[in-house]
Amino acid sequence: MARYLLRSALRACINGGVALSVAALFAHGAQAQDAPADRVEHGRYLAIASDCVACHTAPGGKPFAGGLDLNTPFGTITASNITSDRATGIGSWTLQQFDAAVRHGKGPNGHLYPAMPYTAYARMTDADLADLWAYIRTVPAVSQKVVENKLPFPYNIRAALIVWNALFFDSTPFKPDSAKSDAVNRGAYLVEALAHCGICHTPKNAFGSDSGATYQGTSLQGWHAPDLTNNDHTGLGKWSAEDIVTYLRSGTNRYTASSGPMTEVIVNSTQHLTDADLQAIAAYFKALPARHVEAPQPLPATNAQVEAGRREFVVQCSACHTSSGQGVANMIPSLQANPAINAKSPDSLLNILLAGTTGPATTANPTGAAMPGFAWKLQDDQIANVLTYIRNSQGNAAPAVSTTDVAKARKALGAQPVVWH
Amino acid sequence: MNYKRPKADVVIIGLGWSGSTMAEELTRAGLNVVAIERGAWRDTTTSFPTTRDPDELSGSVRKDILQAPVTETYTVRNKADQTALPLRRYHNLTLGNNVGGAGTHWAGASWRWQSFDHQPYTRVMERYGAKQLVDGLILQDWGVTYDDLEPFYDRFEKIAGTSGTAGVINGVKQPGGNPFEGSRTSPYPTPALERTRANLLFSEAATRLGYHPFPVPSAMIGAPYTNALGLNLAPCTYCGYCQLYGCGNWSKSSPNICILPVLMQRPNFTVVTESEVIRINTTPDKKMATGVTFVDSNGDIGEQPADIVITATFTLDNTRLLLLSGISTPYDFASGQGVVGRAFTFQTLSWGFMFFENEYLNPFMNTGALATQIDDFNGDNFDHTGLGFIGGAGIQSLCNQGLPIGMAGLVPEGSPQWGKGWKQAFQKGYQNYAQIQGQGTNFAHREQFLDLDPTYKDRFGQPLLRITFDYNENDRRSGRFVRDKCVEIAREMGAKQVWGDSFPDQPYSGYRPWDSSHVQGGVVMGEDPKTSVQNRYQQNWDIPNLFVIGASSFPNNAGYNPTVAVGATTLWTAKAIREMYLKNPGPLVRV
Amino acid sequence: MKRRDVMKGGLVLMATATLASIYKPAYSKTFVGGSGLWKADPPPPLTVVDSSRLVYLTQAEAKLVGAVFDVLIPHDELGIGATEAGCVTFLDHQLAGPYGAAAKDYRLGPVVEGLPQQGPQSIATPAELYRTGLAELDRAAQAKFGKPFIDLPEEQKIAFMKGIETGAIAFETLKSNEFFSMLLQNVREGYLADPMYGGNRDMVGWKLVGFPGAIYDYRDWMVSKRGKKIDVEPVSLLSRA
Repeated sequence: MARYLLRSALRACINGGVALSVAALFAHGAQAQDAPADRVEHGRYLAIASDCVACHTAPGGKPFAGGLDLNTPFGTITASNITSDRATGIGSWTLQQFDAAVRHGKGPNGHLYPAMPYTAYARMTDADLADLWAYIRTVPAVSQKVVENKLPFPYNIRAALIVWNALFFDSTPFKPDSAKSDAVNRGAYLVEALAHCGICHTPKNAFGSDSGATYQGTSLQGWHAPDLTNNDHTGLGKWSAEDIVTYLRSGTNRYTASSGPMTEVIVNSTQHLTDADLQAIAAYFKALPARHVEAPQPLPATNAQVEAGRREFVVQCSACHTSSGQGVANMIPSLQANPAINAKSPDSLLNILLAGTTGPATTANPTGAAMPGFAWKLQDDQIANVLTYIRNSQGNAAPAVSTTDVAKARKALGAQPVVWH
Repeated sequence: MNYKRPKADVVIIGLGWSGSTMAEELTRAGLNVVAIERGAWRDTTTSFPTTRDPDELSGSVRKDILQAPVTETYTVRNKADQTALPLRRYHNLTLGNNVGGAGTHWAGASWRWQSFDHQPYTRVMERYGAKQLVDGLILQDWGVTYDDLEPFYDRFEKIAGTSGTAGVINGVKQPGGNPFEGSRTSPYPTPALERTRANLLFSEAATRLGYHPFPVPSAMIGAPYTNALGLNLAPCTYCGYCQLYGCGNWSKSSPNICILPVLMQRPNFTVVTESEVIRINTTPDKKMATGVTFVDSNGDIGEQPADIVITATFTLDNTRLLLLSGISTPYDFASGQGVVGRAFTFQTLSWGFMFFENEYLNPFMNTGALATQIDDFNGDNFDHTGLGFIGGAGIQSLCNQGLPIGMAGLVPEGSPQWGKGWKQAFQKGYQNYAQIQGQGTNFAHREQFLDLDPTYKDRFGQPLLRITFDYNENDRRSGRFVRDKCVEIAREMGAKQVWGDSFPDQPYSGYRPWDSSHVQGGVVMGEDPKTSVQNRYQQNWDIPNLFVIGASSFPNNAGYNPTVAVGATTLWTAKAIREMYLKNPGPLVRV
Repeated sequence: MKRRDVMKGGLVLMATATLASIYKPAYSKTFVGGSGLWKADPPPPLTVVDSSRLVYLTQAEAKLVGAVFDVLIPHDELGIGATEAGCVTFLDHQLAGPYGAAAKDYRLGPVVEGLPQQGPQSIATPAELYRTGLAELDRAAQAKFGKPFIDLPEEQKIAFMKGIETGAIAFETLKSNEFFSMLLQNVREGYLADPMYGGNRDMVGWKLVGFPGAIYDYRDWMVSKRGKKIDVEPVSLLSRA
């Protein structure tokens, strides 16, 4: 349960629409107090790499002052105020207390809910933890009382988490693998200890803990976090290391553009990482073992849904994605043999088609090309058909999308059904 | 309630092409820039999505994207002894009503003006002498030459992603381009658009007649392109919903896709939208500008103090703002003295219209600036000896309209406009209509000018701008000359029915179908404070921290569209501010 | 003149850097750079007009204007006529909206008749002009033929409309030829605009000339179909492909 809770909460952070200005982060780093400036600066970098701000800032609120409601299936958890305010923030904390919270999931009032990704941060080195603390202490104090726990019984019993931790919480610090390159080790550290990619991209077992299918992609609350393993059909098999770097730096690459929660991750976090760190992350993923994924047979072009969907595609989609589905590099995703389209779950596709996307606007690629939503325009069967067509043409093969799938997604998004035709 | 905003380094009035180009340059130089824009914020995906954009009624018929006359309009008369009356309905001057200005909905013809166009006085005197000028014509050089501007033309094209085929690179003629163009240092950023059937018929006919056809440089992107500011642009889809529409596909260069996303990444940039500047403020001695006063959409009066004031509104409104603010000397028609409102120009259009018999021209497959042109009769590219006029026109096969409401009246001569006969004629005419536009020069004249209207007021009670304009004798002569060339080519194209028109043969009207939207001058740049409002850097002669940018600075119109020349002169001025003015604030040219 | 109705609501200062905070009411806004992407307020979704009832015209006016429209665009072997295509519904909704109210025109005085090239100076709205003009049209028909326009045989309707077009049959309170121009423009709009506005039923106007409608991409055809006939079923903005 708890890992699921964490992932739900993360999603809430992201859906809360927090996109903090880079300038704001830089401004705080300038007010170093007792730690050397370079340690504080390094801590600021770690905070970005760990994307702390995504959850610990409310929409429109001051950075790190908390107050963002994380709506999980179990109830609401509100992210805490981690500014240096002594009364409402963590200004009175010691490094040891900070460590207990960040790496061990223990707050002053008992166990933290694993909405806080301490399961990942547990792997952070002592030196990095100290630097992160040095930076957090420079964050200007904001007096904002946050009531963290709004969970109903029985989820409000923090003691229950002791059991979960005993079962699933691996608090072993990160250890480099001497058989692997420095870059791969650095990438592993960034991915596992800081950026906590697996929280969304690794499927969970029945208890909400990692299933062992590491980075094989999974769905959560209307989005599918894609497969990051090395396979051509649904994963990153075709992407070069440079494609991964370009994507994390700019939000786009020659194949695609980010959408949904990942756009926020890129805008808030990965675009600010150094080139060496992005190369390390890419090296890490490319070093993962190749994985065979059996591609299904695509539905035939004569399939009624595919046929109807092709007509919708010509009218609704080709203007941007082009009639061949090729798209435009660094702007408009190619639909051709696109692993995200081949994902078994159509969740992200439904979300994007219904609600549109907010384009990634980064320093490296400020274009921010986005896609308009079609919820107001297309009926459920039209959307089901066009997605089924795209998933079974242009080199793609994936299960059909049904009108029921569309209706469910529409309901979840709060979008109204189309009333004409 | 009235309020004062914190002082900025620079305030820019209007965030269209010139305003956003200037804002990008000055924020990059580290200045704190505030732009005040009358229109609303707009972004491509939200405001012009492909899901709703292809709609002729709201677009080119109801003109929803334009600033409405209810917001502000102009009064017009042909002669100084007539009473000017307001343009009450949507007219031919198509102002933008949003961040991005007219640069969001423009047709996108993207010309570098020629060497002649920047120095018409010198060139005419050298080649023909004063005898070539009709009575009352005002001809003066800009103080800046094509060679001065070339790097800035180049830069602006690389911001816009202009598509085209180069004609002359580093002095060497290139196949397929315009052999008359000024020498370029680099080719167009993106390749020329595909040609239509009508373009090809024109091209073949013009070649047979010994002329030199080439693709008109266009804001419609020819291939995926990353512009000079790192923004990605997508190739044009020829959807045909272009002029008077925003582009939903990142395919038409506009401030919205070519500049604003970068500007909005800069903490030293702010834009206040839906607020109209009503006055430029100055010190009591009128030696320095101190900022601007604006009305926000709540009706409250705001003040934006600044060290530098840059006026980047629509051409006519630049003149109006100076007149409303009592800056520089207004032009006095009776005495011929004064400068603000003087040297106002329009454009001289001539046409060849034609109907073919059994073509499939498929007019709906087009973009705004999809045209093939000859420049053999433009500017001073031909010998005018004995012709009695100067200037000329770019003569082009223009394929920018195929939407049915707009074409419903285009039926062969003699066909009914309604009833059964109209249905038959429209069905046939739709696929068989083509046109050749002669987009001609217009030179300033002492009887063409702008001033404040004594009677009509805007929504805030401020006087409207009054346009006094009619075509002069030079226009009438050049118009007929160009019309005959249009008709000659149309006949050669093999059309069954051909007729021509020269607009200067009728009095000027703000409503004439097919007419131009290009107006220039009123706040011209030049070499002499007696005949210009500002110096060669578009810096006010009297107030050194005031720069009025845009086509209002141009003392004459060319046989081209003005936007890229506006972009180039804006970048030229931006460099002067960055590299000269900031180091030593004061007049950049001493008389 | 009334202030534009947008002149209400406050100045929303948006100094914060979050995406969420940009979804504030429209009106004057201050956008500060440094936060990446700014979004505009989305326009309301497009909808199809409700053709089941009249929203401006009276029943009698609708019947009369339908009869006039059917003279201008008749039913024949090339397709259905104007009324059948929904042009009266189109007009009715247009007159009830900003077009009918001349909401975007400059309407401040003084109102002075000018030279033709100075353009229309009347500040009467299209809605007002239809109310007056249709009554005048019927009076003129009564005066000329002794019966209402709708009861005239086809040839007389055509002859009468030619008289209106040229101004030979005059009205008392407005220029008949100017009213004719408006009728002709509006019926063409109804017949050729997107069907969501109430007219152009089954895209009859687009099929008449072979216009493909709300298509956004002709890249594949620019060269391959240059100079060739294109057989394509048109699509409208809200229709099914």
